[in-house]
Amino acid sequence: MGAHSEASSNRLSQPASAAAAHSSAGSAEVRELPGLIACPTCDMIHRAEPPRSGEVARCSRCNHVLIAPRPGSIDRVLAYSLASAVLMIAAIYFPFLELSTAGLEQRMSIIDAISAFSTGLMLPLSIATAMLIVVIPILRALLLSYALAPLRRGRPPFRRAAEAFRVAETLRPWSMAEVFIIGTAVALVKIAGMATVGIGPAFWAFAAMAVILALKDGFMCRWTIWQMLDPRRG
Amino acid sequence: MTARRAGLIGCTSCGRVYTPGATDCPLCGQALHSREPASMQKVWAWLIAGFCLYVPANLMPMLVTSTLGQAMTNTIIGGAVELALHGSWFIAFVVLFASVAIPVGKFLVIGILALSVQYDWDLNRKTRLHMYEVVEFIGRWSMVDVFVVAILTALVQFGFIVNIHPGPAAVCFALSVALTMVSAQCFDPRLLWDSIEEDRIHD
Repeated sequence: MGAHSEASSNRLSQPASAAAAHSSAGSAEVRELPGLIACPTCDMIHRAEPPRSGEVARCSRCNHVLIAPRPGSIDRVLAYSLASAVLMIAAIYFPFLELSTAGLEQRMSIIDAISAFSTGLMLPLSIATAMLIVVIPILRALLLSYALAPLRRGRPPFRRAAEAFRVAETLRPWSMAEVFIIGTAVALVKIAGMATVGIGPAFWAFAAMAVILALKDGFMCRWTIWQMLDPRRG
Repeated sequence: MTARRAGLIGCTSCGRVYTPGATDCPLCGQALHSREPASMQKVWAWLIAGFCLYVPANLMPMLVTSTLGQAMTNTIIGGAVELALHGSWFIAFVVLFASVAIPVGKFLVIGILALSVQYDWDLNRKTRLHMYEVVEFIGRWSMVDVFVVAILTALVQFGFIVNIHPGPAAVCFALSVALTMVSAQCFDPRLLWDSIEEDRIHD
């Protein structure tokens, strides 16, 4: 561990010789300085020393979490990705909500919600909705599985696995399954007075998927995964 | 010691540290910059575009409800007020928070952070970073109202008796949320810390 450590929150120490290591490089060739990590939010360089499993190592200046290893995290991320893909298929296939009033009945699936904007000039919004609640969550699960599956058995990563992982991380804020669930709750309250609303199996599948996606992201230690994807350390 | 003072470049995606010269990170492919080029310029461009769309998003109708041939329109705020009048205070609060408080707060916070970087305002660095992280985390939740419209439109389709359609504000609002999310992502938080160091480069 770094110079400064506490039980639950460790701060990484600073290297003494980063500048020296650099100046000794001399040449114009790009070189990585191994064993260092730069904080993405404040640019501070630290010696990358992983804390014990379950603990987190933070930036000494801005407190940003840099390393947070968890036991069995690769297995969990893969399991959650697979589970979310299965639940997504169920969520698309089954009815999401059912509305009945005065003998009239209306069923709605996720696909119907997506195509709500498909008339005329609003079509791009339909495409955007499809991306935010179906395509991007599934794409992220696939990219993560692609990047991590070989690592689980100690094999070398697939081609461009590191890029796949980076793209999956970049897409993270654009995966809005949980926002859609809150939207459903608001919509339910809005029509509750108008008609009887039944909740379909797709709703539960989608809600479970949103929880699993959140768990998946909570369990992932990026730095540990980057270490495993790095061919020079693999 | 920061990467820049050491004459090095840190990758914002994987954290690896490199000597200058590479355009992309050899490990993960992320573009390598000591600081995001023209970060503030991009932040302002996306933010202003987002604000321009936020105005019509509030003035135009979000929902068009036609009952027996009579159309009634609701704006975002009008819809929330109606919820409150029906006694759903909590949901009205959620809608107002997601559709008004978060976007307005986001315009203000990103604007203040950008000005603080450009004019070297002496604000607490950790507070500024917290503000940035909150804005980045919470921005996507504004999309709630767009999804509400999608669900209502898909569900309430009883022909002539009653049906609901999305209004033009839905598009403006969704775009406004997306543009401000991009604006927050263009903001390089490393700039928030630069003025503490003597080696601040004005570019």
